[in-house]
Amino acid sequence: MRVEITVNGQAHSREIEPRLLLVHFLRDTLSLTGTHVGCDTSSCGACTVLLDGEAVKSCTVLAAQADGLAVTTVEGLAGEDGLSPVQEGFRQCHGLQCGFCTPGMVMAATALLAENPDPTEQEIRGGLKGNMCRCTGYQMIVESVQWAAANGGAK
Amino acid sequence: MIPAGFSYVRAGSVEEALDELSRHGGAARPLAGGHSLLPAMKLRRAEPGVLVDIGRLRELSYVRADGDRIAVGALTSHRTLERDPVVAAQVPLLAAAARRIGDPQVRNRGTIGGSLAHADPAADLAGAVLALDGVLVARGPAGVREIPAREFFTGRCRNALAPGELLTEIRLPAAPGRSYAFEKFSRRALDWAVVGVAAQARPGGGVAIALIGMGPTPVRATAVEEALAAGEPAAEAARLAAWGCEPPDDAVASASYRTHLAEVLVTRALAAL
Ligand SMILES: Cc1cc2nc3c(=O)[nH]c(=O)nc-3n(C[C@H](O)[C@H](O)[C@H](O)COP(=O)(O)OP(=O)(O)OC[C@H]3O[C@@H](n4cnc5c(N)ncnc54)[C@H](O)[C@@H]3O)c2cc1C
Ligand code: FES
Ligand code: FES
Repeated sequence: MRVEITVNGQAHSREIEPRLLLVHFLRDTLSLTGTHVGCDTSSCGACTVLLDGEAVKSCTVLAAQADGLAVTTVEGLAGEDGLSPVQEGFRQCHGLQCGFCTPGMVMAATALLAENPDPTEQEIRGGLKGNMCRCTGYQMIVESVQWAAANGGAK
Repeated sequence: MIPAGFSYVRAGSVEEALDELSRHGGAARPLAGGHSLLPAMKLRRAEPGVLVDIGRLRELSYVRADGDRIAVGALTSHRTLERDPVVAAQVPLLAAAARRIGDPQVRNRGTIGGSLAHADPAADLAGAVLALDGVLVARGPAGVREIPAREFFTGRCRNALAPGELLTEIRLPAAPGRSYAFEKFSRRALDWAVVGVAAQARPGGGVAIALIGMGPTPVRATAVEEALAAGEPAAEAARLAAWGCEPPDDAVASASYRTHLAEVLVTRALAAL
């Protein structure tokens, strides 16, 4: 089947198998490997992208379900003037160690701040509940999101 | 993990979805949010030949006040239930249950119709709809029919839908200002309830209580309801929480631990009312 999916503002039309998962469309078909696969069982959130602005786990969405819609991946966040506030927050506050969970964390945090520009610590933890990190113990991730909220938000 | 091959049809209307489902017979399955079906397909626990994607049927995503009933379209997402002002005012127990499902990403995709049709015995919305005495509306080749929630769940991941039928709407009696409680115990890294309790005060006194995770289907805690109606104190009534239940004994929890949890959670729910 043919799908037309806009990724980070650029339209892509491709012939795919219906069973192709969105995460594989991004990583294998478009070579956008910023989106990671951690668990492949809908649990870890490393594969989180925005689908028409909503955070979704792209390992649990068919590329066919994204046909005609707009996807934002971590590659689409930085603008002409550099990193997005969320990305910059992770850099400023040391919100990562190995970096494996980071693309998903950054996308989930971006979705959270788009909806709730001034979240409490509890709201940040709730907003990132679907994202797991094996390294940081989460505290510095929460601080990174707080930094972003105070410095431009979702962008 | 890659699902087995299938063909994909996106339905543009409910009629089209019903036509596709009956045309392909048992080989076809509706796809709503995909957050139960796709994980099962990736594990090859489900291998439908045809997926009929109903996910874009906006006509089935709504919350409407309809006299003394609230009508919720089957494609309404968990996220919408969490935030919808009509749900918050009229059936807040449903919002409380929706808020406890999984994580934001799951709630963005998952739908009430998919959750009920999947009929997991630990599904949060199933508990809420059962406690609220909801009625499920099904549309199929033979027309439209109403199925009371009490008759909908027929076994572990089994429901009363006939082949080719779609769940289109959930009808709930409006309960503005009625006190309610949703108590759920889950393991830290797992969102699903080990055991959960949905409870709502009845207008003339008494309480409606549903349990999740306590058997092959969500169930009403009839013994507790009757004891409360007969004037028993809450602590006494809560002891009957697991009465008649056959809780699973599995890697998540033993049957006796679930029995204990049911009593504790019913006690907390009654205290919160
Ligand atoms: C990581 C994770 C955590 C989760 N945690 C929880 C939790 O804590 N609590 C909880 O309750 N749930 C949880 N869920 C399940 C989630 O709520 C699902 O979204 C829900 O169970 C299924 O809804 P869906 O719209 O995704 O349905 P789908 O997966 O699309 O469909 C599920 C089944 O229902 C059928 N179906 C769908 N819609 C209809 C319809 N309108 N008529 C007839 N049949 C239909 C499908 O054919 C399929 O058999 C979790 C899921 C994941 C992936
Ligand atoms: S890879 Fe998608 S949730 Fe883990
Ligand atoms: S930084 Fe290593 S998993 Fe999060």
